[in-house]
Amino acid sequence: MSEIIQKNIPPDAGAGGGAALMVSPRKKAKLLAAPYSIWAAGFIIIPLIMVLYYGFTAANGSITGANVAAIFSPVNLKALMLSILFSLVSTLLCLIIAYPVAVILAGFGRGKSGFLSLIFILPMWMNSLLRTIAWQNLLERKGVINAFLSSVNLPELYIINKPPAIILGMVYDFLPFMILPIYNAVSKIDPDLIHAAKDLGANGFQTFTKVLFPLSLPGVISGITMVFVPALTTFVISDILGGGKILLIGNVIEQLFTQDSDWNAGAGLSVVLMIFIVISMYFTEKYDGGEK
Amino acid sequence: MSEKLIDLKDITKKFDNTVVLDDFNLYVRENEFVTLLGPSGCGKTTTLRIIAGFETPDKGSVIFEGKDITNLPPNKREVNTVFQKYALFPHMTIAENIAFGLRIKNKSREYIQDKIKYALKLVNLEGYENREPDSLSGGQQQRIAIARAIVNEPKVLLLDEPLGALDLKLRQDMQYELIRLKNELGITFLYVTHDQEEALTMSDIIVVMNQGYIQQIGTPTDIYNEPQNAFVADFIGDSNILQGTMIRDELVEILGTRFVCVDKGFGENKPVDVVIRPEDIDLVKPEDGIIDGVVTDVIFKGVHYEMCVMARDFEFIVHSTDCFPVDSKVGISVEPFDIQIMNRPQSEDEKAVEIDV
Repeated sequence: MSEIIQKNIPPDAGAGGGAALMVSPRKKAKLLAAPYSIWAAGFIIIPLIMVLYYGFTAANGSITGANVAAIFSPVNLKALMLSILFSLVSTLLCLIIAYPVAVILAGFGRGKSGFLSLIFILPMWMNSLLRTIAWQNLLERKGVINAFLSSVNLPELYIINKPPAIILGMVYDFLPFMILPIYNAVSKIDPDLIHAAKDLGANGFQTFTKVLFPLSLPGVISGITMVFVPALTTFVISDILGGGKILLIGNVIEQLFTQDSDWNAGAGLSVVLMIFIVISMYFTEKYDGGEK
Repeated sequence: MSEKLIDLKDITKKFDNTVVLDDFNLYVRENEFVTLLGPSGCGKTTTLRIIAGFETPDKGSVIFEGKDITNLPPNKREVNTVFQKYALFPHMTIAENIAFGLRIKNKSREYIQDKIKYALKLVNLEGYENREPDSLSGGQQQRIAIARAIVNEPKVLLLDEPLGALDLKLRQDMQYELIRLKNELGITFLYVTHDQEEALTMSDIIVVMNQGYIQQIGTPTDIYNEPQNAFVADFIGDSNILQGTMIRDELVEILGTRFVCVDKGFGENKPVDVVIRPEDIDLVKPEDGIIDGVVTDVIFKGVHYEMCVMARDFEFIVHSTDCFPVDSKVGISVEPFDIQIMNRPQSEDEKAVEIDV
């Protein structure tokens, strides 16, 4: 044994060579984290600082609050309110649709969940832009759905370029982000907890409200965050399914950057949007923590 | 004798073409401690889940106090279950866990408070009302699970291997605890375990099960001293199981030697299984016993020595406080009433008929 140890640390090893090899665990951890730190700095911190810089400066470089204050202009305020309303509605719809699906997927419904999960995961393999354009084609005045409806003498559906179409697009695009976290949370629940609730006299509804739902709450909350935030900032869905007639805050910002080339104004509104996202995440986190 | 509380009639249950219970019949009387004992996969847990209502039998009926409850959902049944892994609600305090069933039944606040106090006292965990389940040890969680079940005053408490996840010392303590609880509460306990020692310690009645059939029903002493077949003898404690021939009443031939026994009614020259418990064998000087043998192995077990004795190509296990060294020649002696004769099933059909008590 002692021989092996001696072989591993040659007695004549120079102090310099030893120091290079013996990196403290703390330093080693830092070294290993380097790629991530560089990534975070280059793609998160620096862009964020740039957004803040543009947001709080005028075109000539002088510091100003006007870009942020521009949110109070009637057009921008309306776009923001509409965005919040649409994201709230689509988040709620996603939750209502996703919850039963997640519970069935987790095996509580005793169904064959393999095929079902494929149905819900499959669309995620396709580009979301393509899926949104597909909906545009389906919903058009002379689109696939209306062609079918008129062929069976049913009233045609005119929701394209209207709020329902945008909400439909949001729900369709973001539904998997609601299903997956809830599915994760529900599948971790011990089935005996559900049995125990029923054993103690709870009917199906009581079992849901008192046991299943509270225990799946962490999943519900991350699902809400994962749907609400992208829905709040989207401009693609409202662009394609809203026909450019309905301006959401994302569209306003996009136009400021691409059409008006006014980076300062665009960044200013982005800062406002970020504040809303941070606030919404704070509330969801707080609610999640309060339950534990 | 008190009334039949639970009566299972001709229960058959299959999971994916595997028959778990086959034409299963069993009744449980009021105020008994009944244990379903058997190896894993014998159908004991399924039986419990059918009574609790978590499984529906494919055939047969569950009668509870004379009423058919086969299709009644679990929340409408007057039974409560203690689960193997406790199944305490992690998002509730101990008090909320215990109050769960009572709140569902809309009991008054005072009644619930009293019940929580009473139940915690009963399981020796007073003052734990506001603790979280996760902050309790396994044994404490199990006590809370029992408390949560009994506050509902069930007619029957179903316990599904409740001590399976606890360590040995705690398990032994909890066995006494459960006997005490049963006596104080005066309700029926239906207990499922694969641990024969647990079953022998606590039960009034043991139901030994294997592969969906009942092998034997009896008191712990009956089951241990008079196993009805080789499976029961082998499953309950160590035993020497030999094939023999019943020459006539009270005389059996084992390994070519005739032993006097006390069993009758097996007929003449019938093949039988013979059980001799290791502690019932006396090792004596060669020639003084009925068969001579050689000690091949000795292990010190604390309370006794466990010795292997090879005699006429059969290896006897012997428990004795006297030690005979390896290679010593010994005589094997057995008292007539320590020889237990069992029917040996001649065919699969006979096997099924015989164990279908």
